[in-house]
Order: sequence, then C-alpha cells, then structure tokens
Amino acid sequence: MKEAIKIFTEQFPVVFSALNIGFLQTLKLFFTTLLCAIPLGLIISFGSMSKFKPLSAFTKVIVWIIRGSPLMIQLLIVYFFPGLVLHKNIWGMGEAGRFMAATVAFTLNYACYFSEIYRGGIQSVPVGQQEAGKVLGLSGTQIFFKITLLQMIKRIVPPMSNEIITLVKDTSLARIIALQEIIWAGQAFMKGSKGISGAIWPLFFTGIYYLAFSGFLTVLFGKIEKKLDYFKN
Amino acid sequence: MALLEVKNIHKKFGKTEVLRGIDFSLEKGEVLSIIGSSGSGKTTLLRCLNFLETPETGTISVGNKVLFDGESAKKLSDDEIREKRLHFGLVFQSFNLFPQYSVLENVTLAPAVLKKDTNEEIKKNALELIERVGLSDKANNYPCELSGGQQQRVAIARALALKPDILCFDEPTSALDPELTGEVLNVIKSLKSSDSTMIVVTHEMEFAKNVSDKVIFMADGVIIEQGTSEDVFDNPKSERVKAFLSKIKK
Ligand SMILES: Nc1ncnc2c1ncn2[C@@H]1O[C@H](COP(=O)(O)OP(=O)(O)OP(=O)(O)O)[C@@H](O)[C@H]1O
Ligand SMILES: [Mg+2]
Repeated sequence: MKEAIKIFTEQFPVVFSALNIGFLQTLKLFFTTLLCAIPLGLIISFGSMSKFKPLSAFTKVIVWIIRGSPLMIQLLIVYFFPGLVLHKNIWGMGEAGRFMAATVAFTLNYACYFSEIYRGGIQSVPVGQQEAGKVLGLSGTQIFFKITLLQMIKRIVPPMSNEIITLVKDTSLARIIALQEIIWAGQAFMKGSKGISGAIWPLFFTGIYYLAFSGFLTVLFGKIEKKLDYFKN
Repeated sequence: MALLEVKNIHKKFGKTEVLRGIDFSLEKGEVLSIIGSSGSGKTTLLRCLNFLETPETGTISVGNKVLFDGESAKKLSDDEIREKRLHFGLVFQSFNLFPQYSVLENVTLAPAVLKKDTNEEIKKNALELIERVGLSDKANNYPCELSGGQQQRVAIARALALKPDILCFDEPTSALDPELTGEVLNVIKSLKSSDSTMIVVTHEMEFAKNVSDKVIFMADGVIIEQGTSEDVFDNPKSERVKAFLSKIKK
C-alpha cells in the first residue's frame, strides 16, 4: 500500500501535466466545433425548411446520412478519404492536420444535430408572432432577429445543452485519427511514455476532467435557462 | 371621396372560393362592423386588407391611391408590400404580443426598427398610447403578467404606434372572459371619438349596433347586406340577416 502511494505521488506530476496538455486539445476541439457548428446548423435548418423543394430535400438527405451513421466513421472518412482520392494530404501534417480534419468532421456532424433542434425551435414559435411582425411592417430578417430568435433560443436551450454535453464526451472519438486529446494522453501511459508504462490509472483519472467540465456546463446552461425565465411563450 | 375603397375582391384557398366578390367603401373617421356566421370569410377579408393573403382579383385603394390590384399583384416586391400594408393596422383575436418584450417595448419595437422617428419621440408617443389604453402602471410589465383584456389593449396600442389610416380588429374580444370584454370595447369606443377609421369583425352585436357607422353582414364569401347600423339591425331586408339576428338575440 505504502509502495502504491509512493509510485502514485511520483507519477502524478508527470501524468497531470500530460493530461492537462491533452485536455487543452480536447477543449480546443470542443470550442472550435461549437463556434462553427452553431451558425452552420442555422444555415442547414433554413435549408431544410426552404420552400425550394430540391434544396430542402437535399438538406434532409445530408442530415439523414450524417445523423444516421457513426461519428467515428465520419472522422475516418474525412481524414483519409481526400488522401485516397487526391493522393495528397489536404489536412496538413501532424497534429495540426489531424485537428483540422477532426474539426471539420465534428462541425458537420454537430451542425446537423443542431439544425434539427433549431428547426423544431423555429417551427414551435406560433405563426401569429410572424404575422404580428408582418402587419407592423417588419421584413423577414427583422422578424427573425427581433421576434423569433429569442423565443426560439428559449425553447432550444434544454435540448442544446444535452447535445453540447454529449459533444464534450464525443471529442474523445478523435483519437481514432490519433488526435492527442486527453484520452490519448492517458492511454500513452499504458503503452509507455515519459518513463511510465503499464499505468492504467491516468486513463481513469481523465474521467474527472470530463465530469468537472460537464458539471460546469450544466451550471452554465441552468443559468441561461433561468435568465430566459422572465418571459413565457 | 371615400378613404377606403374595396372592389370585387375574390380569394380562393385551393378550390374553395372563400371571398366571392367583396365591394365596400369607408369614409375617414367611420367605424365599420363586419358580422356574419362562422366561416363566412370575415377573417380572410381582413387578412387581404393587411396583405397577409393575396386576393386573385380586385382592388384596394386608400385615399385615391390604388394599393392593391389583382392584375399586378404578382409583381409586388416584399418591400412594396411592407410599405403598403402600413396603411392598415391589425389587432388579432389572440393578441400575438411579443412575449420577450415589455409592454413599452412591444409598442416601440416596430417604430424603432423602422426608424419612424427619434427614439425619444417614439418612446414618448408609446407612453401616451399606453396611457390611452389605461395601462400606464403596466408599461414595464411583460405580457405573461397581464390579463387577456390588458394584453389586447397593449396590442391596440402597438397597432396605433404606426399611425395606420385604418385599424382592423378581428374579433378582439372573443378570446376573452366575458368580464374582460368591456374594457377592450371601451378602448375601441374611445378611439372612435378620436376620429380613427376602424373595421371591426365582431360577434358583440350590442357593440356593433351602438358604435358602428356602417355594418356589413357577410355569408358564404359575399356581402348579403350593408348599411347604417339602423338599416341592418333594425330593418334588415334579407331573411338571412333576420335569421342571424334573431338567433343571436336568444
Ligand atoms: N389558410 C387557409 N387555407 C384553407 N382554407 C382556409 C384558410 N383560411 C380560411 N380558410 C377557410 O375559409 C373560410 C372562411 O374562413 P374565415 O376564417 O375567413 O371565416 P370567418 O368568417 O372569420 O369565421 P369565424 O367567425 O369562425 O372567425 C372557412 O371555410 C375556412 O375554413
Ligand atoms: Mg374569423
């Protein structure tokens, strides 16, 4: 027992700093994905609601393909497919290239999920709201930004917070293309890295990072929900 | 010359013709009540006036200017429609206030977005309108904190903020509890004395009889009878109107 504690205290600083570096990559992937997928999802949702039938049909097929297949496969396809076809690596070399590919795959995937949530949110705002805006002489864009948007946001905060917390955990899938996120960093100590090998506890320890971060997000979304509680619709 | 001139409006939804040739006119400062049984096309007519529906044929003119002509309707751009519909205001049966905005913000939103005036003027005007509908103490409340009658009065103030030539009401009290209808009808009456031109679709016969200068009775998409309040309520010519009025009285 004493021996175990001694090993742990010896290993801890090395593991901790490696996990921190991995977690930074996890966070980077998480935030870039959100930053790109939140607006892209809105564009996709407008596409799927378009009155122009070919566009809405096309968008719906894309959404079906992306939501209907595993993200892990999408990651592999996005990363390797261009190389197979074009015989060159369009993503750039090393970790930066892997990060680009992962961001693209995650953004596409999450934008499709978000678009469905947005669509539900927009369609659940009563038509009367739009009509009231119209008879007051507002344009479609003004109606969307001044009237529909906040009501839609209020409705989509709970489902969006679910998706976003899922995204925190999904980022770990990126290690399939060897992105050096936190799980990858933890796993390295099993194979052997920085003088430590055969250690599984670092992998277990990564769970604490996920828990802490998703706990933080839960509180944050709770606050946003509360902020929007001042009106009912 | 009449302020509003409506000629030969026809409107179809799919194969059903809901309006089958509507003609009427209205002078400035007059109040017109539209009565008639459910499904006769009253709401559709108001929606056509407010450019929420596009009739297939007919013309709508305000103050000698043709706003709508079935012949050229397809060519109207969104901006043109927005400009034209500002001649009309519409108060909905279900209020349709914007829930995320306070009473004051509901009234100032459109004039501010459309830059109708300076912000100070818009606010001052809005507060006056809110006072006129008797809600000065609620200016900073949100719609969910108001009764139905209060919400409808805000909706009236909101419509007035854009100074429409003609204000339309679609059954403004039928979503309200009976004890709340009076306050809304009183506001509408008070507008009459301030010379507003109004079209009110209503099932409140007492109100229609006392307040209107003109009454139209609609059935199956046509006007069966129109005239002064006395003409229609006291000496109806058509059997349909007689039957309708006697049914209401019971
Ligand atoms: N968007 C629509 N699509 C298809 N049919 C419609 C539409 N709007 C109205 N109608 C039909 O048109 C007819 C007239 O409807 P409208 O709402 O104008 O009647 P109304 O006189 O206002 O009735 P109520 O007193 O019940 O409000 C009805 O038969 C209705 O079913
Ligand atoms: Mg109606």
